[in-house]
Amino acid sequence: MQPARRERHCAPPRGGVVHRIASALVAAVVGAGVAAAQDRPIAFTKADLVPISGPPIAGGTLVVIGGTIAAVGPAATTPIPPDARTIDCTGRVIMPGLVDTHSHVGGGWGGDASGPIQPDVRILDSINVRDSGFRKARAGGLTTLNIMPGSGHLLSGQTIYAKLRKASTIDDLAIRDAAGKPLGGMKMANGTNSQKDAPFPGTRSKSAALVRQKFLKAQDYRRKLAEAKGDAAKLPDRDLEMEGLLDVLDGRIVVHHHCHRADDIMTVLRLRDEFGFKVVLHHVSEAWKVADQLAKAKAPCSVIVVDAPGGKIEAMDLSLATGAVLEKAGAPVAIHTDDPVTDSRLFLRAAGLAVRAGMSREKALEALTLAGAKMLELDARIGSLDVGKDADLVVLSGDPLAVRTKVLETWVEGIQVFDRDDPDDRLFAVGGYGAGRDQKAHACCTDARLSETK
Amino acid sequence: MQPRRVVRWFALLAAAVAATAVTAAEPAPLLAIYGDVVHTMAGPPLEKGVVLIEAGKITLVGSALDIPVPPAARVLRGRVVTPGLIDAHTAVGLTGYLNQEQDQDQLDKGEPIQPELRALDSYNPRERLVEWVRGFGITTIHTGHAPGALVSGQTMVVKTVGETVGDAVVVPAAMVAVTLGDDARPGDEKKSPGTRSKAVAMLRGEFVKTQDYLRKLDLGDPEKRPDRDLRREVFADVLRGRLPLLVTVNRATDIDAALRIAKEFGIRIVLDSAAEAYLVADRIKAAGVPVIVHPSMRRGGSGETENISFETPATLRAKGIPVALQSGFEGYVPKTRVALFEAAVAAANGLTTEQALATITSDAAAILGLADRVGSLRPGLDGDVAVFDGDPFEYTSHCTAVVIDGRVVSEEPR
Repeated sequence: MQPARRERHCAPPRGGVVHRIASALVAAVVGAGVAAAQDRPIAFTKADLVPISGPPIAGGTLVVIGGTIAAVGPAATTPIPPDARTIDCTGRVIMPGLVDTHSHVGGGWGGDASGPIQPDVRILDSINVRDSGFRKARAGGLTTLNIMPGSGHLLSGQTIYAKLRKASTIDDLAIRDAAGKPLGGMKMANGTNSQKDAPFPGTRSKSAALVRQKFLKAQDYRRKLAEAKGDAAKLPDRDLEMEGLLDVLDGRIVVHHHCHRADDIMTVLRLRDEFGFKVVLHHVSEAWKVADQLAKAKAPCSVIVVDAPGGKIEAMDLSLATGAVLEKAGAPVAIHTDDPVTDSRLFLRAAGLAVRAGMSREKALEALTLAGAKMLELDARIGSLDVGKDADLVVLSGDPLAVRTKVLETWVEGIQVFDRDDPDDRLFAVGGYGAGRDQKAHACCTDARLSETK
Repeated sequence: MQPRRVVRWFALLAAAVAATAVTAAEPAPLLAIYGDVVHTMAGPPLEKGVVLIEAGKITLVGSALDIPVPPAARVLRGRVVTPGLIDAHTAVGLTGYLNQEQDQDQLDKGEPIQPELRALDSYNPRERLVEWVRGFGITTIHTGHAPGALVSGQTMVVKTVGETVGDAVVVPAAMVAVTLGDDARPGDEKKSPGTRSKAVAMLRGEFVKTQDYLRKLDLGDPEKRPDRDLRREVFADVLRGRLPLLVTVNRATDIDAALRIAKEFGIRIVLDSAAEAYLVADRIKAAGVPVIVHPSMRRGGSGETENISFETPATLRAKGIPVALQSGFEGYVPKTRVALFEAAVAAANGLTTEQALATITSDAAAILGLADRVGSLRPGLDGDVAVFDGDPFEYTSHCTAVVIDGRVVSEEPR
């Protein structure tokens, strides 16, 4: 392997062994849970800030208190709390943690082969948080993932919105609502991936009919619930499938819909309009053919950017210019990894290629952050460098879209979760022997290096 | 369309006469290609350089200040000029972008050992992926039978132009594609090779048999000569040193096995993919074997490729091992990688710009035995050039022109 080169980060770098032992002690004191909460204000100073929600700020200051962005702005007008740990980020770029609206990291599976529509199934019940994919995603600057089941079903199950905190269990990763419920969406798909032998559909029309029938059933279930007016004797039996679909029909969760061909995209919008659910269109290989319709329908599009068209017939007209065409038409655009289809460590590259094909730099960077946050309905918490939002940050060595730029550090809620100078983290950033294995546990009370748990 | 038709007929005629190696049937115009930077790959980059191409061949490379624009020349300009790029290993042209049964000819799994399968007989020069990679400056590809069988067939070298394989071909039989490791298994438990040891034993058995075949050929008595046998003839060319084996391997164990076979039979091999090459770099170096490193962006990076590293090209190069990059083979979306993008990852992970360019130009040409034909900008070499509007490795740069054998084949910025 290459000798580890020292790459200058925001100074001062971590304090070596003493610092690590101290960190371990802090973690030990905090006890259960994995990541200790941020204990002291941090001020990132002299950084080139890319807030996304506003113009870049050269040599700016970003203050983080209690895991939240407390101040952001030009150095002259942004005071630093007296008790803050100050980190000099001269020459560094800081942007919001990247938001991936479509990931399969963690090796989870949703629905099985028993049927095409399985809204009772949750991806959170099958994710291995020690999967090396999480370490690689952090190395790519990702901080929030929508982890989804696959596209081999019309409806393959419930997705989970995950923060890339250091984790021992899926509970540590979950993003929760005020009541503590893990947030997520519902994964659906049309086109060819979900077509196979019965009970799966054999045609596109059959696919739509099966979905419509299931939603009609859910509407009936909802009516019976309403008619019972809370009377236990009249309530229908609980039904996990129906409850999942009601979350969709009542707009509590967003449908994340795989679709490639232009006609499949329009079919999703037709179903959306019939049943009134909220939907984000994913992949959208042929969205450039119906961009005006998508803009008019205000349909959020999460685009995949890959090196070449094809691989299957419905991706034959996939274009690198999809993001550019949608931007021009005025449709909301995010970009996703679909990891493992594209590598999370190269997520910034996807935006670079979108710019190559005509997207504006501003919209391309937004597509990696705020646009995705909106599509996950998490934009009140993440996606930009704004006061009050979670302190999810990427520290870069330079221009986010330049090929030689490195992700130096990734921070989630004020806690550093990736440090390119740490040889263990670096292994997952560049690859090498052991980078593909399940990662070590991030135990709360011991040095992770000493406790290899598989 | 009229000129194209003429070209096509002329090409057919030429192909009939020459049988192979027809690349530019059309008299190429005089071209002058100016770049703010010209990476000749035959010396340090030239500032304000120019490349002159006449009748399909490079005639002059030098400073634009010293060389006047020839009056009749067509002029192309760009920020950065490089040799036409070389993809040192792909299956494009045999594997089609639709990924349907009818356009997938890169692998026949009927038998584990089929060196007689020629890439020529499956290559589709009109395949969209050929045009796709060409748009990014790729002018030469080493393509052919894909990994996935112990000996899957032959590879060849073509230019990314042409209406027929005859128009495109540079080297009709370049290497014999061998796979060791999990991918050599046929998938059916009852069929061999079912283990690594079995695969190596089968391959050794073939070479032992071929040694006997050659011995009988040399007996001189026509009565005792063996019957012609396509399989033996190809393996005989391997034993004679005319054809190298392109051995696709990833685990260090399998790399070691490949080196062992090469030593036992005294044959030339090129390691392909070689995910764990960094673990056995000293052995590879000692054996004098070049490596065509896997696409770092290959899908998954799981199983035998779980330990791939973005830094492998830099690690191997630092050891003095000849390194080229490739688009490899992709079985799903995207249906191909682009060697330019793979070199960009290498440039961001330890290689200098010149070194990374070499992996898809001069060093790739040397590994393919074509250093006197393509891969650098020198008088006498083929007029293959790529023009960029910025650093070729930047995601946001564009390839603005592609020239093959002196013909401008693409001017659509990509």
